[in-house]
Amino acid sequence: MNSVSLLPFAACCVMITVGVTLLLERSLVRVLAGVIVLGNGVNLLIVTSGGDAGGPPFVGRPGMADPLPQAMVLTAIVITLGVTAFLLAMVHRSWQLTGSDEVQDDTEDRWVRLRLRRGELGDAVRARRDAYRRLVVEQRAELANLEAEQAERERLEEADLERRISRVHNELEQWATRLREQGLPEEELQLRLEEAGLRDDTGALSNLERIEQLREEYERRRARQAGREKELFKQLKARQKEARKQMRTAIREERERQALAQDPELEGDD
Amino acid sequence: MDGPVPLSSLVCVPVLLPLLAAGVKLAIGGRLRRLQSLISLVTLGLSLAVSVLLLVAADTSGPLVTDLGGWAAPVGICLVADRLSTLVLVVSSAVTLCVMAYSVANSYDEQEHDAPMAIFHPAFLVMVAGVADAFLSGDLFNLFVAFELLLSGSYVLLTFGGTEARIRAGATYTLMALASSMLFLIALAITYGATGTLSMAQLAERFATLPEQVKLMVELTLLLAFAIKAAIFPMSAWLPDSYPTAPAPATAVFAGLLTKVGVYSIIRLEALLFPSGPVSTLLMWVALATMLTGVLGAVAQTDMKRMLSFTLVSHIGYMVFGVALSTVAGLAGAVFYVVHHITVQTSLFLVVGMVERRTGTTSVTRLGGLMRAAPLIAVLFFVPAMNLSGIPPMSGFLGKLMLVQAGLADGGWLPVTLVAAGLVTSLLTLYAVAKVWGKAFWRGPRADRMGRVVESEEGTGEDPVVTTTAMPAALPLSVAALVTLGLSFTVLAGPLSALAQRAAAELMAREPYISAVLGRHP
Repeated sequence: MNSVSLLPFAACCVMITVGVTLLLERSLVRVLAGVIVLGNGVNLLIVTSGGDAGGPPFVGRPGMADPLPQAMVLTAIVITLGVTAFLLAMVHRSWQLTGSDEVQDDTEDRWVRLRLRRGELGDAVRARRDAYRRLVVEQRAELANLEAEQAERERLEEADLERRISRVHNELEQWATRLREQGLPEEELQLRLEEAGLRDDTGALSNLERIEQLREEYERRRARQAGREKELFKQLKARQKEARKQMRTAIREERERQALAQDPELEGDD
Repeated sequence: MDGPVPLSSLVCVPVLLPLLAAGVKLAIGGRLRRLQSLISLVTLGLSLAVSVLLLVAADTSGPLVTDLGGWAAPVGICLVADRLSTLVLVVSSAVTLCVMAYSVANSYDEQEHDAPMAIFHPAFLVMVAGVADAFLSGDLFNLFVAFELLLSGSYVLLTFGGTEARIRAGATYTLMALASSMLFLIALAITYGATGTLSMAQLAERFATLPEQVKLMVELTLLLAFAIKAAIFPMSAWLPDSYPTAPAPATAVFAGLLTKVGVYSIIRLEALLFPSGPVSTLLMWVALATMLTGVLGAVAQTDMKRMLSFTLVSHIGYMVFGVALSTVAGLAGAVFYVVHHITVQTSLFLVVGMVERRTGTTSVTRLGGLMRAAPLIAVLFFVPAMNLSGIPPMSGFLGKLMLVQAGLADGGWLPVTLVAAGLVTSLLTLYAVAKVWGKAFWRGPRADRMGRVVESEEGTGEDPVVTTTAMPAALPLSVAALVTLGLSFTVLAGPLSALAQRAAAELMAREPYISAVLGRHP
């Protein structure tokens, strides 16, 4: 077996490396160049594998070159030529159609990317919905707080009122007791009491009036409070509505953007 | 029989006849459509007849050899017809005849387009010649030429019409094929440098004398080149990406034949050149990965063509498994499976082409109610689909049964794992095709897309899709013939599996092939 000479072999290696590197490019013209270089490198490898160049034929010297690899290389060269011509036509057609010679991503890749985008859209929608829900919960809590505060204030006011009423009652009791101690008979006392009511006894009247006034004030405050609550609730509703509207718009926009990016080759996939 | 001499000279007919016809058709151009169709059909019919003759002869009297160019075998290039090559040749000729009939019927309504006839048929015939040459080749370099022949035909068919989608798919396909061809050439250079010959019979003898490492390097390089062609797992991504965009008859014949040429080459490589090598374990693993990744891809698809492309990849795994067992039973199973799969996969793709013609789409999210609208298409889809997923007693089941038996007979943990994976794959295939069946055929109609012109999406550069209810009789007939061929493998299972066994035994013995080529026993 002949030994392989190093220089052609090194040339093969370089050419094949260059060819493979170019073959991995996105641009079809570079790929075409890669195919040409790679093809020539491989053809050179076949010639190299045939052994030494040998002497000239037909002269009768010993050690002629092996003719088989040369025949094979001729065939391979012709085939490479044909394939190159086809590739060139394809590159040209691709350029005609798309205006560039870059190879597009394959269908599966685009499909995966589309699904990824859909997933992102889903996440965005979910995030928005969660934010909205959080908002509602917050506002509810706020409302509940306000109500609790109000209830507390009312309770205090009521207690205050009770206290005042009971004080008035006490005063009345004391007054009655004092009269009784002075030895006034019970009928007289009742009469006096009636008289006090009729005669506009300042102490008794003021007590009763005060009770009335306090009640009225309480009612008024109550009404004002209810109005304020209603206002607050309305505000809350409006805020919620706004948030919901915002969310819907965002989702619609996202969908539209996606519809624009629809891929005719992927039609029907979901 | 006239004796072996005239018969062996027939070996080159399946290669030369389609090439000749392609040349004649190119010369005729776009005229005389009827004559054109007639030439194509007669050519392929003759090829089929010759193939059957060769099969009978090869089965009864051993491998037939033709030396081309007047040089005897080790120096010159020879064509060899043994049992394996003639068997696959018969099936491939039958399939290509049906596909040609289908495409002739399909193009009758496109009278205004002259181009299809003028380009489609010659490219198709060149590809058929390449396939036949690859099956018959007795020389590694001739095998390379055969690959290039069938690939150049397929480049034209795949990018047919030059639409944007097809050009994109064509770029992927062409570059993958080119990379594989370059690898093959590098392997040839190494082989020639190491052994000084490329005749397979002589190589089978000379490899035995080489150091193990050199042998392994040559084997792996060749295997890699063939594995890209056969779409075996790590190198299978190009297939589902590029096949679905081609015209239906082209996709059908690609799916049926081109990957099988790769599988056939692997069978030859493993059985003849490197028997009992250390690569079997590796092949088992890639078979496992091919089966599972392919079928999982198929389950995820919503487009019928893409789904079928993924099942195609997945079922290549079965054949590789049979080869990797490197027993007679395993090889016989692989051969039987090749025969079954060529027929079934081709008929499925043709039916999907009919669906597309009828409805304008192959996406199952848009299809529906085809069972009512087109019962004939439904039946033609259902039978091979069930056959593919291995429902007894169809040939898909029988092929898998042979492989399972061979795997269990081996008994190692890896073959048994592969048997289990094969069964899972079969089940998932059933799931994938049943899903398609349920959506496209069984459920109610989605929208009325039948029988009208559907405007294509903007910017794809495609013609508007014309859907039609008109169905030339030859269209379903050609598919029905293929489906019947697939079913006949059940009826003929006995003789066919016996033939597969004999072919496998001949492969494993190696001696008949080598001595026939080198002319030791005239």
